Order: sequence, then structure tokens, then C-alpha cells
Amino acid sequence: MEHLGYLFAAYSIIFAVIFLYVMFIWRRQAALDAELRTLEARMAALGEQPAAGGPPQPQSET
Amino acid sequence: MNNPTIRNWLGFSTLALMLASLFMIFDYVPPDAEMGIAQLIFYFHVPLAWVAFASFGLVAIAGIFYLWLGDQLWDDLGYAAAETGMVFCTLMIVAGSIWAKPIWGTWWTWDSRLTMTFILWLMYGGYLMLRASADDTPEVARFAAVIGIVAALDVPIVIASVRLWRTIHPAVLVTKQGSHGLEDPRMIWTLLVSLTAFTVLWAWFLMLRFSQLRTRSRMRRLATRIALATAAASDPN
Repeated sequence: MEHLGYLFAAYSIIFAVIFLYVMFIWRRQAALDAELRTLEARMAALGEQPAAGGPPQPQSET
Repeated sequence: MNNPTIRNWLGFSTLALMLASLFMIFDYVPPDAEMGIAQLIFYFHVPLAWVAFASFGLVAIAGIFYLWLGDQLWDDLGYAAAETGMVFCTLMIVAGSIWAKPIWGTWWTWDSRLTMTFILWLMYGGYLMLRASADDTPEVARFAAVIGIVAALDVPIVIASVRLWRTIHPAVLVTKQGSHGLEDPRMIWTLLVSLTAFTVLWAWFLMLRFSQLRTRSRMRRLATRIALATAAASDPN
């Protein structure tokens, strides 16, 4: 069982980093969800806002 | 690539294949006669290298298509592939270093393959630093695409380095003597299962990150439109 420590260290680090990357992806998803809610709130506010220069015109996506 | 069913299926497949791979590594395959159990690191080290190189190849392909077509989709794909490739490349270097210590007596040596791999790691590190620090403009995306393509040219050099220069790194699959060094069929089966497990893991990570980057791109376009509409609505003239 010589070198067992090296074997354990290698596999532990690999799975730890994979786990951390999954956590990173999960947090990015949570940040995206929060950003989406902000956008939805801004869109809702835009819809309720009284038009100063007429109603906002729909814009074509480029 | 944004199908949630496929993503979930990939996630569960990754888990099952990883468990199968670990079982084969620690209970099925015999350790190498000379290197002992430290050689078992090989069954993750090689698949990590494979998925890292596949990622960087994908960065180059996505970069070529972005420069050709200018579609944001290819830029997002390249970014996702570079990020996942960097994770696996880092792990490949770390695992190799830990394996080298008991076998070579050192954590690191400026061997040709190790040096070229380190250069590869540095170049994609630069790619990700550029993406993280600069705005998401078409100019930055084009610059990143060029870096991704140029950096990927190092991948075949890394692979061929054990034949081009004198090196202490073993040629894993086919040696100069024509032998692959995996004489026991159990070694080959274990390697194949590990390669499959890491390929599925890579595909899963890639899909998740690509999906997020596509969503982010769409939301930024939407935020710009909302800002324009808000400015138009509040402008008395």
C-alpha cells in the first residue's frame, strides 16, 4: 500500500474541484435567475409608466 | 444543446459511470507491477487530458465559425468550452504532478510534454482572463476567438511532444516500440469506462455552461432594449 497517500490526494482533489465547479455553475444559475427577475420588474414598470412622449413603440430585434 | 431532458440524463449518466469507473479502478483492475497503486491515478489522468484537449479543439472550431459567421452562438460555445477545458486541464496537470512525485521523485520537471501542457494552460488562462475582464463586445469576442484558435495549435504539439523531443513522460497508448503498455485487458476496459465517464461529464458541464451563456446573451440584449424603451418613454420630446 505504498503511495496510498498520493492516490488518495489525487482522487480527492479531482472530486473536490468537480464539486466546486458544479457549485459554481449552480451559483451562476442563481445569479441569472436574479437578473431575469430584475429584467421582468423593469419590463413591468415600463408597462405601467405613463407615457411622456407617447407610448413606447415596439422595437425590432437586430 | 439546451434540452433539459438531455442535460438531466447526462447528469445521471455521469454519476453512474463515475461510480462504475471508481469500482473498476479500486476493485477490478490490477495495479501496475512497477509503479504500484500510484499508477491508478492514470485512469483519471488520461481521461482528464482527453476532455481538456477535446474542449480546446472545440474552442478553436467555435472560434473559426464565429470569425466566419459572426453569430453570438459560436462565441458562447467557445467560451463555455474554454472554461470547461481549463477546469479539466488544471486537474490533469495536478493529477499528473501527484503521480509524478512517487514515480519520478519530483512534483514537476520541465519535460517537453509538461512544458507544452503548461504553455497550453497559460494560453487558455489568458483567454479566460480576457473574457472575465473585458466587456462582451464583438471586438473582444473576435480577439478571444483568435487566441482560442492559436492556443489550440499547441494541442497536437503536446500530443506529439513525446515523439518530437526527449522526454521522461510515457507515451500512454502507443510507445515507440509499438506497445501500449496496457497488457492486461482489464486495464483497457477500465480506461475505456473512465474515458466514457469523463466524456459524459464534459458534455454535461459544456451543456450547462453553454445554456447559461446563451441565456446571458439574450438577457443582455433584452436589457439594452428595455433601457432604450425606458429612455424613449421618459423623453418629453
